[in-house]
Amino acid sequence: MGEWWTTETSMENYEISSISHVTMSPSRRNNLVSMYSFPLSKSSYSVISAFCTEDNIPQCISYINQELASLGLSSTCIEAISPGDTGLSTVPALNAMYELLQIHRRSMCNLEELEREQLRKSSTLEHIQMSNTRLKDQLELSIREKSGLHETERQLQLKIKTLQSCLKTEKDEVQKLQSVIASRASQYSHDAKRKEREAVKLKERLSQLLIDRKDKKLAIDVLNCLGRADGKRRHWKTTKATSSHEDEMYKSLLSDYEASQRSLMLENAELKKVLQQMKKEMMHILSPRQPSTRGATADDSQEQADLDGEAKGGDASRESLDQYCEHAREQLTNSIRQQWRKLRNHVERLDSQASQAQNQLESNKEVIPRETHEDEMERMRCEVQQCREFIHAQQQLLQQQLNTSFDDETAALLNDCYTLEEKERLKEEWRLFEEQKRNFERERKNFTEAAIRLGREKKAFEEDRASWLKNQFLNMTPFTHRRRYSSSDGQSALSIRSEPEIRMSSVKSQLAKSSTYTTFSTPRPSQSAPVPSTTELYRTLRLIPDSSSSRHSNRGRWPECSNIEDGETLVRPKNRLRSGGMSIFSLGEDENSFT
Amino acid sequence: MNFSEVFKQTNQLCKVSPDGKYLATCVQYRLVVRDVSTLQILQLYTCLDQVSHMEWSSDSLFILCAMYNRGLVQVWSLEQPDWHCKIDEGSIGLVSSRWSPDGRHILNTTEFHLRVTVWSLCTKAVSYIKYPKACQKGIDFSRDGRYMALAERRDCKDYVCVFVCDDWHLLRHFETETQDLAGLEWSPNGCVLAVWDSCLEYKVLLYSLDGRLLSTYSAYEWSLGVKSVSWSPSSQFLAIGSYDEKVRILNHITWKKITQFEHPAIIDNTKATVYKEAEKRPGVGSDEMPLHNITMGATLFNTQSKYEICPLPVQIPVVKPDPDRASPKIGISVLAFSSDSRYLATKNDNMATAVWVWDMQKMSLEAVLEQTSAVRCFQWDPLRPRLALCAGNTKLYLWSPGGCVSVQVPTEGGFQVQSLNWHCSGDSLILLGKEQLCLCYMDTDQEDNCSPDKNM
Repeated sequence: MGEWWTTETSMENYEISSISHVTMSPSRRNNLVSMYSFPLSKSSYSVISAFCTEDNIPQCISYINQELASLGLSSTCIEAISPGDTGLSTVPALNAMYELLQIHRRSMCNLEELEREQLRKSSTLEHIQMSNTRLKDQLELSIREKSGLHETERQLQLKIKTLQSCLKTEKDEVQKLQSVIASRASQYSHDAKRKEREAVKLKERLSQLLIDRKDKKLAIDVLNCLGRADGKRRHWKTTKATSSHEDEMYKSLLSDYEASQRSLMLENAELKKVLQQMKKEMMHILSPRQPSTRGATADDSQEQADLDGEAKGGDASRESLDQYCEHAREQLTNSIRQQWRKLRNHVERLDSQASQAQNQLESNKEVIPRETHEDEMERMRCEVQQCREFIHAQQQLLQQQLNTSFDDETAALLNDCYTLEEKERLKEEWRLFEEQKRNFERERKNFTEAAIRLGREKKAFEEDRASWLKNQFLNMTPFTHRRRYSSSDGQSALSIRSEPEIRMSSVKSQLAKSSTYTTFSTPRPSQSAPVPSTTELYRTLRLIPDSSSSRHSNRGRWPECSNIEDGETLVRPKNRLRSGGMSIFSLGEDENSFT
Repeated sequence: MNFSEVFKQTNQLCKVSPDGKYLATCVQYRLVVRDVSTLQILQLYTCLDQVSHMEWSSDSLFILCAMYNRGLVQVWSLEQPDWHCKIDEGSIGLVSSRWSPDGRHILNTTEFHLRVTVWSLCTKAVSYIKYPKACQKGIDFSRDGRYMALAERRDCKDYVCVFVCDDWHLLRHFETETQDLAGLEWSPNGCVLAVWDSCLEYKVLLYSLDGRLLSTYSAYEWSLGVKSVSWSPSSQFLAIGSYDEKVRILNHITWKKITQFEHPAIIDNTKATVYKEAEKRPGVGSDEMPLHNITMGATLFNTQSKYEICPLPVQIPVVKPDPDRASPKIGISVLAFSSDSRYLATKNDNMATAVWVWDMQKMSLEAVLEQTSAVRCFQWDPLRPRLALCAGNTKLYLWSPGGCVSVQVPTEGGFQVQSLNWHCSGDSLILLGKEQLCLCYMDTDQEDNCSPDKNM
């Protein structure tokens, strides 16, 4: 095996080398080119004399031309300026050089590319080699495995062969043993028989001998003979007696059979009764469920028909049991078989249903029988339908009533009777409204009072003004200086009288504004705009009684404010009332969310 | 439960007369007849030799005492003490002697089963029946005493003879399909004869009184077969115990198997109750016990025991029989139906300590009594579903559907109960030791006697 393996590897090596040859070939061409170029470059520097000397210029030229032609540059031909001269004509030489340079550059490019390619190729080669070695390893391994398997197979086959041979020998053994057993058994039985015969013979002989010997000892010694237990005398052995024995035997047999038959009959009757009852009950159970549980298929309906027929037959058979025992039995068993089949089907169906239901109601522990469940569902559906119809009818009736001209009051009444909550709400609103009205009333009163006061004030003012004008007029008199003081006093007196009131009121207004502002939708006083005297007046007028009212009617209005400010406990009922108007059921939810 | 004093007996020969009035016991060569109620000796007879077999006649007037080694049979009359009868079988020998059902004939089987001699006490006439077969149960009388079936072997074939006991007229004689007939038994109604083959082949044949083969039953082949057969008192079931540790119940209509009762070593039938006898040695450390022991020296070595109900599953101890020896100790050897055919008690030979009680209505295992020692004998109460059993120790065990009780026999000298017999009234039990006997009176109210020891 080792040898074989080495040959294999050598072959592999050979292959690898051939591959490398193939891959190397382009680079070799490159090398050739470079080899060509190398001496050229060399010649241009150090070994120039070796190639071209003074003497062989024409030869060199011709050689170079040839070479150029061979390189495909036949168009440019280097030639001497004049034959025999050492100088070259520059243009073609330069052209040739340029061409050569071009070629050189291209070839260099090529070379580079090729080198890169080579690198790539070499790397792939390496990769391939690696994979190759790996594959080789695998191959080797698998070969080894294969050989191992071969070996085991061989061994197993060998074993099989040995086992087969063993089996064969065992079989033979068994057969042999069986035959031995059989022969032994036959021998044994034969011997037993022989022995038995001998024993019988011996017994015969013995009894004969005993009889011949007239064994005196063989005797019965009874004091006096006994009477029979039944007190009868002994019968003679006659044919009559034997026949009577036979008769008796048959009689007893007959009586036994009769007894057993009677008991069987009884049992049968009992069983039949039970069966009939069972059948009836089964029919009772099965029949009403037919349409509901399953769409009565043709098969089922036919079975049902059969069942009914059988039932009738069974009943009839019971009546004529004695005459048509065989027939009836057949019928009965048939019907029972059918019923049993039905029952079994039913039970199976129930089972499957139950299992389904169980699957469905895995989470719900209690399992409701599907029938009852469905019935219940049906009933509930009916109920819902009825309720819907009822509601619809009621709605229609209401619509009709509303349409057919009842006065508003009745309509309101009808509306009122919708919900108590609504009514309550309305009452509340009504109360609020009343309160507002009262407030307005009070305000109006204040307003009128204020107007009267204003009138009075206006009058006073007019009087003041008149006095002031009078003073002014008097000041124009020569006692101006003295009068001025007095006038200033008078002014101050006036200011003292009027200004604080205004100031006070303004402060109060600012205080009260915050509270009253939101509760009553009174017209908002614009503060930024240049105040017209009337609006200013209005404001002041309104605010003075307002402040007073706020002071007076604390009981009336403040609770509202405190309601809002104080807390949710009191707000809540209001909200609830409002929400109550919308739906009854949300109330519960509200409560839940609040608590 | 009361116990009488102990009387002597030999060979366990102690029998109550069929009418239940007298108790006959044999002590060596003497026959003692006592009144069952008073236990007073009524008669005392002296035989010619040690009695091997003793039997009451069906009318309770005569007692047969057989002395097999002398080939002698002596008959005693209870009414006429001076009347005597002696039957000498002579040099032909005697192996078995029995009354015919009429009480006026004696059937003696001679040695080597040469013949059966029928002696008439009325006429002194003697008649022979040749070729009786030497087997487990070769002779059986029908319950009404009218017919006798006898197994016969001629020309290496089994036959059955049916005799009319009235005048020993041969009514039927037919060949049976057996290899080696082992036994025969009349059904209690006397109309069907069950015949079974030897243990080498499982075969039970059922013959009608007129010799027709009604049915053949074979459960399996190639293995040791029938070990015991028993009819239910109602003739409704035929129970067949076999070497495969199973009891098969045949019905009386189709003679097919209804069910089979297996006797597994591990009982996991949840319907069955397993009563395990738990022995409890008297506490040594207690102060009272030494005194007690001194006063009742006999009980020093006696252990008290009671039944405990075992939680299932229960492992019954099994003795593996030696396969190389003949008639291995395995299989159902004893079958007994209760008097009302409601229960069947069985014993499997390789589970010698257990008695199995089967309910014949439910056809299932009812109870298992696991004793501490091997069960010797058990017998059903002739009137009630009550099973009495003994296990060769000083205790008597009773089972009834209500429970199980173990009673110490309060006699001195280590009275070990080897065998027991119910009185025909079911009110008392005769307990037989090796050399002694003792009567056990059941309380008429069964509940009273069972309640103190009951482990329910």
